[in-house]
Amino acid sequence: MFLLSLLQKGEELYGLMATGRKDFLWRSVVHLGGLSLQLKDAEELLGINTLTVASEETTTGHGVWDGEDSSTPGEEERTYLCSSSKPNCSLCCFGGTGTRHNTHVRLWFICFSSIHPSFFSSPAMKAALLIQRWYRQYVARLEMRRRCTWNIFQSIEYAGEQDQIKLYNFFGYLMDHFTPASRSLISHIFRENDVVRDTEWERYFCYKSIEVPDGYHGPHLTFPMTFCEASKLVEAFKHKQLLHARYVLQLLGEAWKLLRILPNINYVSTCHSKEITICGDLHGQLEDLLLVFYKNGLPSPEKPYVWNGDFVDRGKSSMEILLILFAFLLVYPNGVHLNRGNHEDHIVNLRYGFTKEVLGKYRVHGKKILKLLQKIFSWLPLATVIDGKVLVVHGGISDTTDLNIIARMERHKYVSALRPPKRSHPSASSNRRSLHHTEEGEEKNHQGTRVDRRWEACSPANRVPGPGSGSRHSVQRRSIHGVSTMSRRSEAVEEELRRRRQQAGLSQSLNELRRLVSSSSSSSDDDASDSEPQTPDDDEWKQMVDILWSDPMAQDGCEPNQVRGGGCYWGPDVTEEVLGRHHLQLLIRSHECKQDGYEFCHNRRVLTIFSASNYYEVGSNRGAYIRMGPDLVPHLNQYQSSQTCRTLTLRQSVGRTERSALCALREQLFAHKSDLLAAFQQYDPNNTGVISLKHWASAMEGVLKLGLPWRVLRSQLGTSTQDGRLDYREWIQELVFTEPKPEVHSLSNANILETMYRNHSNLETIFRIIDTDHSGLLSFEEFRQTWKLLSSHLKTEIDDEAIADLALSIDFNKDGSIDINEFMEAFRLVALTAHP
Amino acid sequence: MADDQERAGETMVSEVHKRIHNAFQVFDHDLNKTVDVREIGAIVRSLGCFPTEAELLDVIDEVEEPTGLICFERFLPTMSKILMEHKFPPIPEDMLLTAFEVLDQQKKGYMEPDELTNYMRQGDEPFTQQEMEEMLSSAVDSDSNVVYYKDFVSMMILDGER
Repeated sequence: MFLLSLLQKGEELYGLMATGRKDFLWRSVVHLGGLSLQLKDAEELLGINTLTVASEETTTGHGVWDGEDSSTPGEEERTYLCSSSKPNCSLCCFGGTGTRHNTHVRLWFICFSSIHPSFFSSPAMKAALLIQRWYRQYVARLEMRRRCTWNIFQSIEYAGEQDQIKLYNFFGYLMDHFTPASRSLISHIFRENDVVRDTEWERYFCYKSIEVPDGYHGPHLTFPMTFCEASKLVEAFKHKQLLHARYVLQLLGEAWKLLRILPNINYVSTCHSKEITICGDLHGQLEDLLLVFYKNGLPSPEKPYVWNGDFVDRGKSSMEILLILFAFLLVYPNGVHLNRGNHEDHIVNLRYGFTKEVLGKYRVHGKKILKLLQKIFSWLPLATVIDGKVLVVHGGISDTTDLNIIARMERHKYVSALRPPKRSHPSASSNRRSLHHTEEGEEKNHQGTRVDRRWEACSPANRVPGPGSGSRHSVQRRSIHGVSTMSRRSEAVEEELRRRRQQAGLSQSLNELRRLVSSSSSSSDDDASDSEPQTPDDDEWKQMVDILWSDPMAQDGCEPNQVRGGGCYWGPDVTEEVLGRHHLQLLIRSHECKQDGYEFCHNRRVLTIFSASNYYEVGSNRGAYIRMGPDLVPHLNQYQSSQTCRTLTLRQSVGRTERSALCALREQLFAHKSDLLAAFQQYDPNNTGVISLKHWASAMEGVLKLGLPWRVLRSQLGTSTQDGRLDYREWIQELVFTEPKPEVHSLSNANILETMYRNHSNLETIFRIIDTDHSGLLSFEEFRQTWKLLSSHLKTEIDDEAIADLALSIDFNKDGSIDINEFMEAFRLVALTAHP
Repeated sequence: MADDQERAGETMVSEVHKRIHNAFQVFDHDLNKTVDVREIGAIVRSLGCFPTEAELLDVIDEVEEPTGLICFERFLPTMSKILMEHKFPPIPEDMLLTAFEVLDQQKKGYMEPDELTNYMRQGDEPFTQQEMEEMLSSAVDSDSNVVYYKDFVSMMILDGER
């Protein structure tokens, strides 16, 4: 009877609780009946362990008895607060009073019948549901942030790659147009020097004359390479030792000899070994390689490995990684397989840090080592095929990918994948070109709209054209697909052209045509691109670029990869077609960083594997490797190097990566300050100093072209708004960075400064190209030439006097030459304040 | 007057549309106005909504294509309605704190990891192992190995306001 009335009350109470009003819980208790029980019986009934005493003074919070006192006078009242600890118990919080000695309690409690569990949900359950709901929202917000951060890093990374290609195209253009001043500086990067035969090169690279000093504490290698020697090398690098240049050259020399006899495509079988291990990009991150060895074991005939390119650049230990991989390659030529990646390319290395690393570690012999590596990279195989069924390449494929062509080509001709094939004079029509968009490429594409139209024309139908900006790809990007004609040339370059043509007379263009028609050219020194013995083929070149630079996309079709500037975006239909054509069942590739270290796509027919963990920042992503047996089912293993990041919570790792990305983004903003200001002012004709958020976002995208969601990022970029409007002048002021060298502040020409920041990488690349002897030093004249080149490339005028001033002010050693590293360091942006 | 109101109304609608578009774009990898259905939860929640898993499934039912993708054209009206009607309102901080206090039956001011796990891993929409581990990794105080939920709530709310 009592229970029945309780049930009725309970329904009432449930209704009240559902509205979330917590105070009702306790007040209603007063109205419920009570039951006098012995304490121990109560405990048993309710399944509780203890009845705790609550303070009578407590008035805040729930669970406090703040209802009427209904005890009989004379009894000492105590308030008991407790609830059942049985998880699924239908009893919930209640209160009670008891006698002094706690032997008896009169309990007022709420009992929710278990007859209707769906109707009566215990407060604990409801509370839990609320917490779950709230926590999931929290995690979703974190995921949004993480995704945004990722997009930032990726956009900046790919924009950098585009820049690189733009720069290289520019050089190609210069080469074509006979500008003697620039040519003399940069022609050597186009020169093959293959007139010299390999045996002569071997003499040049000979290590024998190099003495190892007594003071050297690094590892001593003996040849032929053995497993012990190779593991010794691993141990040495673990202890951060440096291998002496003599051994480096010796090891690389041996590797070079071996690579020259390997085919373009390695055919591997799993029948002898049980499982094969496949790793993706390492990018100079030695810790990751060591972690893989730790988890998976060192290479052996029973434990074969495939490394899928991008061993170098960005990380600090590219050299060590190469040495380890080559050492094991020498020990187990049948158990270690290396594929070339787009970063196994000396031009790319100039920009992304490998060249710098080598020159820094090997001051005396660095140049020689780099030259040898240049050859080695060109001799790296292009693909690996496992059991005739699984294709492993670094980038990917395109609709024209043909393994037969790839197998037949002379891969070492393509020292750099960026290296364009023999160029035709723009005025001469060429029928040798088989690349996409050649005709459109020759249009003057300075507006960018033509490029957009061309790109949109070949997009699949379901691509919705974005309004103006917003699409990550719809920007003017030069690619290595089209001919590098430039619409606007700087005055200086034009002038040179005219002069040169005048000097040479009309026969100049005739010579050009003759060269086109003839299949191979003699080793004339006039035109650097003539000096290689064989003519690179357009078809072959495209095959190679596609293999090294392409990325998969979700929708069908095949389009030029405008974001990176090379290779294609290929769709699931292309995967099916190409795999089918070659009787393959799986494509394994790398090239793109993935948060979990790997990702399937195209109905699990394409697997991306990425082995550089924490690539963007500590905690940004895991690395992974594949183990695959004769069943050819890929088994993924993930890891994340560094002690600290493993203990980072989701929140902390997102936060950290985010801060890093935002810093990188702010650098970009700072470098484009004047352009941004101009863009903002366009939306503010009355000069009020404020613009709407919508306009701010448009301006940002218009200038930076990173395809980022600016409105979502707004609050994190330190912009506060009022009524949806933003004070842009104030905001720009707040983008403060400082330079490490105070002398730089004194430079009056702000224009140069900003150009410097914006073209940091380009400048460094040009410097290193010009610094032919890899001394790390430039003369003033070379420095000036660099700027001339850059200004021509950027199609802006840079004042000669300003350059001279700059040169003087950064000659930090006052010895008439400029140290490249010091110079770059002086203009590295350092955030002044840590933004939250 | 009515015109102004109308215009204000329109602006609000377009603001809402913009917000939805921005959130959608973050997960739209190929910029082709579609996202994977598994991302919808993150998108809806990042727009400030607090649906339960069941409510989310209802939303997905409304907008999912047979391909397992979700197009922006279908998503936009549904999501706009949700936002305009405040369908899944946020949970205020004090309500959240109350919820923890209800679970902390002994009123200790903290919870044992097992205690919390017990609650979170049951009911209609229990946490997965991964969700539980993630929550514990940020919630558990490393010295005392318990969850001081008041601090935990404050910290998370602060994060949310960023």
